[in-house]
Amino acid sequence: MPDARFRPGDAVRVRKSAPLGHIRTPFYIRGHSGVVERVCGAFPNPEELAQQRDGLPAQPLYRVRFRQQDVWPDYRGSAADVIEVEIFQQWIE
Amino acid sequence: MKDLGAYRPLDYFQLMEVSLRELLVEKGVVTEDAIKGAMATMRARGPERGAAMVARAWLDPAYKARMVANGSQAAEELGFEVPGLKLIVVENTPKAHNVVVCTLCSCYPRMLLGIPPEWYKSRPYRSRVVREPRKVLGEFGLKVPAKVRIRVHDSNADMRYMVLPMRPAGTDGWSEERLASLVTRDSLIGVAVPVLPKKPKTRKS
Amino acid sequence: MIERGHHDMGGQPAGKVKRTEHAYDDWQLRVDAMMMLLVGVVGGRKRMTVDELRKNIESLPPADYDKMGYYDRWVISLTQTMIQRGVITTDELARKLAEVEKRARR
Repeated sequence: MPDARFRPGDAVRVRKSAPLGHIRTPFYIRGHSGVVERVCGAFPNPEELAQQRDGLPAQPLYRVRFRQQDVWPDYRGSAADVIEVEIFQQWIE
Repeated sequence: MKDLGAYRPLDYFQLMEVSLRELLVEKGVVTEDAIKGAMATMRARGPERGAAMVARAWLDPAYKARMVANGSQAAEELGFEVPGLKLIVVENTPKAHNVVVCTLCSCYPRMLLGIPPEWYKSRPYRSRVVREPRKVLGEFGLKVPAKVRIRVHDSNADMRYMVLPMRPAGTDGWSEERLASLVTRDSLIGVAVPVLPKKPKTRKS
Repeated sequence: MIERGHHDMGGQPAGKVKRTEHAYDDWQLRVDAMMMLLVGVVGGRKRMTVDELRKNIESLPPADYDKMGYYDRWVISLTQTMIQRGVITTDELARKLAEVEKRARR
């Protein structure tokens, strides 16, 4: 398993990209910046598993916390509201 | 077409289900018994296991700490089989309210809560709760004060989520079983909070 | 716009959440059961991954994705996956569909 490059508290940015295939990084979060909330562990790559490949080596998966007002230009809730999304290491710039 | 009474012809998808199942059974890939067994499990599975975990956490701070640190292990501690589940329990506090969604499909801790409700899998919920959670929760009848922050959790990869609601006031001395009865599926998803049942009004004769 | 998968709907505009609930029909529970067995959650030999199930659902044409029920999408995706995996062939499926339909009409 590749070592986790990021730790809780690190500021990270999600790659802005629109490739093809099965992708578990939601479109709405790509290109946005947040803070690592935790390292979830390492898991086989779902992009590869979907193509009948084994998805190895397992890749670090992070929970990243984003401020809602950073993600949505028209966000009307509280400034403290957040959204927490799981991001695989290869999707972090 | 003649009147066939209560007979409803199979639609394409039901036809596909029968056909797939028969082919798989003929080839020995699955057995009818295994299918029946899995059906019985999921038909019977409601949110009781999740509710039991919450009630235990309300009564036992050490269990609560373990549950927040490792949700799957905390489930197994109570004897619940959760093969392959990677559960994160997110705790409601006076300062933060949690709500769970899977925008990409319908990921959900099924072994603890049962099959998710239709609305959880629907376009309106999956699209809107990440973008306007306060409005969506309002449509569920839950008003979250502005000073309480909302944490939306998108189960978009390997983790699954369950909310640990706050214990309602007025439940001092309640048994674990009685506390569990307050914990609804919707409060474990985060679109509701546990409430005490309304006392029936006595009628004046 | 093909850049965003039709299933990848977080943040898209939508109407109110309809909260009607209903018990699942037996055929839907059978689809659910087959999925659990084929991905190996409940023991037995793992024949596919849940990732393949998702990929095949995501490949449905958008209009069909919207019109189909949840288990409609699952049963189509499971069947596609079994064809992709070589567990069944298209021809076997065609013959079985015809056989089942003939039986149902009797």
